[in-house]
Amino acid sequence: MNPVIREKFAAAAEQGRAAFVPYVTGGFPNADTCLELITALDDLGSEVIEVGLPFSDPLADGPTIQLSSQRALEAGATPVKILQTMERAAAKTQAALVAMTYVNPVLTMGYEEFAKRASGSGVSGVIIPDLPPEEAVEWLDACQAHGLDPVFMAAPGTPMERLDLILAAGGGFLYYVSMDGVTGTELELPPERLAAMQKVRARSSLPVAVGFGVATPAQAAALAPVADGVVVGSALVRQVHQAKTPQEAVEAVSRLAGELRQALVR
Amino acid sequence: MSVSQTSSPKSGGYKTLPDELGHFGPYGGRFVPENLMPALEDLHAAYLTAQQDPAFHEEMEDLLTNYAGRPTPLYEAKNLSKALGGGRIFLKREDLTHTGAHKINNALGQVLLARRMGKKRIIAETGAGQHGVATATVAALMGLECMVYMGTLDMERQALNVTRMEMLGATVEPVTSGSRSLKDATTQAIRDWVANVGDTHYIIGSVVGPHPYPMLVRGFQSVIGKEARAQLLEREGKLPKAAVACVGAGSNAIGLFHPLLNDPVDLIGVEAAGYGLDTGEHAASLTAGRPGVLHGSSLYLLQDPDGQIIEAYSMAAGLDYPGVGPEHSYLKDIDRATYATVDDKAAVKAFMDLARYEGIIPALESSHALAHLKDLAPRYATDDIILVCLSGRGDKDVSQVAAYLEKQK
Repeated sequence: MNPVIREKFAAAAEQGRAAFVPYVTGGFPNADTCLELITALDDLGSEVIEVGLPFSDPLADGPTIQLSSQRALEAGATPVKILQTMERAAAKTQAALVAMTYVNPVLTMGYEEFAKRASGSGVSGVIIPDLPPEEAVEWLDACQAHGLDPVFMAAPGTPMERLDLILAAGGGFLYYVSMDGVTGTELELPPERLAAMQKVRARSSLPVAVGFGVATPAQAAALAPVADGVVVGSALVRQVHQAKTPQEAVEAVSRLAGELRQALVR
Repeated sequence: MSVSQTSSPKSGGYKTLPDELGHFGPYGGRFVPENLMPALEDLHAAYLTAQQDPAFHEEMEDLLTNYAGRPTPLYEAKNLSKALGGGRIFLKREDLTHTGAHKINNALGQVLLARRMGKKRIIAETGAGQHGVATATVAALMGLECMVYMGTLDMERQALNVTRMEMLGATVEPVTSGSRSLKDATTQAIRDWVANVGDTHYIIGSVVGPHPYPMLVRGFQSVIGKEARAQLLEREGKLPKAAVACVGAGSNAIGLFHPLLNDPVDLIGVEAAGYGLDTGEHAASLTAGRPGVLHGSSLYLLQDPDGQIIEAYSMAAGLDYPGVGPEHSYLKDIDRATYATVDDKAAVKAFMDLARYEGIIPALESSHALAHLKDLAPRYATDDIILVCLSGRGDKDVSQVAAYLEKQK
């Protein structure tokens, strides 16, 4: 277990805010700009920053992040190179860094080796959406050995008994998927959906961060009272896609991220 | 390549796999986003309940007999056997089923499950289009909405099947990402399922995907091997010495092999070598890949040193997939089945040979199994039986083969 992530959530709560958890795709649009993006997100007070390690077949991601992954891979991004970027970022940032990837690249490096390298790069936790607790025995041992938080997901359809299993296995925070869908799908927040989130939060021993489809400050504000943290990915990555220059990308991401973080004050 | 002439059945037990979590040894399992977990549990439960329900079997039996045209004939290809020398070649004629390939066996079984689960919408992926056509067919039969994901490369190669699916009322959704073929069509279908899991059933076309798919697709395809086994025992009074099938992701091969696992029969799968194994442009995941995780299960996979999936290539769109089902992966590791490779050129020759010797135009996929007979048949005695799954018919491939032959001139 790694205390850093939970400390960040606790600090945000003390300030009367939900924690801000932005996502960037590692190596996109290139390694240097990615590092700038992480630094900028840290400067504006992000509690946790997720960095994606691209996979060729990202089952949980929508078109925006899928395309950014494809571009990063075409530009030569590899898990090792992105962990190096994270190591450089960790040296100068306050936020907890979390890696998000898929099981095959991790398996290829080896669970143990991946955990060792991630931990050595200043990473506090790792999210692997296609590695449920049942298949994660070896991974959990590796996380334990290297002081990494294995962050698991839960979804609206997750039965309560299964939620308990996920909570028992997981560390850092619980990533609650806001809806059935891939990342970047348009999110609606009817009262029953917010109520379901509150129920999960009440049961959870870990801080709960809600993600998938959060794109606007209004959505972030609606989630702030029912979640310990809010994850924003596709909406930020879209800014990078639309920018004409790396500098423009950093500015656009900073602008939107600043508004989103502001909206998380309860 | 080597073929063991006398592989004896290892001491039983195969039919009990997978275990409760869907593992075949180190392969299989359930590597999916959490949203899909409840749906996979529901599907597993629905399958197990259906297995216990006589009404399910009765309806399935009726559809297989009166709709799909089962049992399919077992035909002794005497001209081909004579030309090749060696064992007697028997063809299990899955090409004669309704829609023209073994894919209908699985599509019928799964659509009945979908109806039992109250799903309103069916999605599928397709490569050659045979699974897409089978799915569009059963969706029309049951009055369900149907969407089929297909790579744009395959839509060009298999234009006839695109038209068939559309005529059957399905929407064919073009997939333009990655290889624009079966792998990416599968990825898109799974994402659709993640987003619409409440009212949608995903009819996966092969023995891949998360548990329980490899098990239940095997269950529905085992009719191939069960029938062939019974037909041979009745007609010839003996079992085959060898059973041969092409392997893309592996559904017709598992359907043929599974009922023979505990018999003294050599099981031989044939992978697509595309332009040749040394060119890197092939689909031979068992021969040239290594274990990894794709589309929800652990299996042999074509991948680069960082674990990114490599695009497969075969002229046969139905074999053009970078992984092979978890049970095949396991059968390879324990040496219960062996896997050979056949390239495009040899497959086309076998395609033409069957047409000329027997008056049967086979699918390019099945032609890979046929092509391997040139090496295999002479190794068997003249009274030995070699059972081959003729998994589909070749109408869909005639213009592609004609163009290929024209280019070779």
